[in-house]
Amino acid sequence: MTAGGDEFEFLCRMGDNALVLGQRLSEWCGSAPALEEDIALANTALDLLGQAKMWLDLAAEVEDAGRTSDDLAMKRDVMDFRNLLLVERPNGDFGHTMTRQFLFDSWHVEMLKELADSKDARIAEISAKSAKEARYHVERSAETVIGLGDGTPESHSRMQTALNELWSYVGEMFHDDEVDMSMARSKLAPLPSNLRSGFDRRFRKVVEAATLIPPTGAYAHLGGKNGIRHTEHLGHILTQMQWLQRAYPESEW
Amino acid sequence: MSDNGRDSSVHERREWPLWEIFIRGMHGLNHRHVGSLHAADAEMAMKNARDVYTRRNEGVSIWVVKSRHIAASSPSDKGPFYEPSRSKAYRHPTFFDIPEEAGAM
Repeated sequence: MTAGGDEFEFLCRMGDNALVLGQRLSEWCGSAPALEEDIALANTALDLLGQAKMWLDLAAEVEDAGRTSDDLAMKRDVMDFRNLLLVERPNGDFGHTMTRQFLFDSWHVEMLKELADSKDARIAEISAKSAKEARYHVERSAETVIGLGDGTPESHSRMQTALNELWSYVGEMFHDDEVDMSMARSKLAPLPSNLRSGFDRRFRKVVEAATLIPPTGAYAHLGGKNGIRHTEHLGHILTQMQWLQRAYPESEW
Repeated sequence: MSDNGRDSSVHERREWPLWEIFIRGMHGLNHRHVGSLHAADAEMAMKNARDVYTRRNEGVSIWVVKSRHIAASSPSDKGPFYEPSRSKAYRHPTFFDIPEEAGAM
């Protein structure tokens, strides 16, 4: 049991995933390889930012300690963030970003689908709304993975490299810890491990169509969603994202 | 020269083809041309159109057509093409008295 309770902890995980990945994607704004991709990525980033707001609003409400979603997003430091390690990974090249996106989206759609049946109506509502966005995200990222994987020798090798590099960050998405088990017992959220088969089905299909070799390593980096061991990259993201509040505390517009 | 020619052909192949985008709005009956964009295939053109042109909930249906499939009249033909109809006012059905019972037309 954590300070704000397991539900608060879980909501921070959902919110922080969306917030950090949204921030990461927005780094592409103005520099994606094509105007169309630039706008599409910015749209996805904004979708995720909107979702982060909904989750963190609810987290603040559940915590009931006088904090707002803005406080949670802008005034917490690295060790208080609860996002998966995968989403704080640097963008790398465009193929790397889209591979990371595909891995996250494939988990995200399964998670949101199950969460839409949550016993907490507020969770169910946010999930139903977000699921529509996530379904589009995964369609788009999957097709890009296929297009680049089954593309030129250059794009193929970059996609294989990206997949190999990111693979050890996949396991955390399906790792059950105490918060997850407590959420599942209360029928508020699914067990992450139960989402694996849905993820695998999509993953196998897309990776095969992309002519990529699925990595087989079982090792998984852990420590993001419980906040115990974030990578050094998260600190850099927060420095940029929270800069204004750090330099000019309490400023508003 | 030949080197340049080869480079530009490689470049052309690498560039995604151009597509013209038509969107039927919430209340519109017809698809309207909204602009163009680049995409590798029709499926991708549709997705790009969704992201570029329907961000503010503009559309309910999208058509995409490769720009090269659109035959357009050329500006230099403007004279012979359009002017002859300018003086033929009788082609507009404005000389008829509309009977009362027909109502508004």
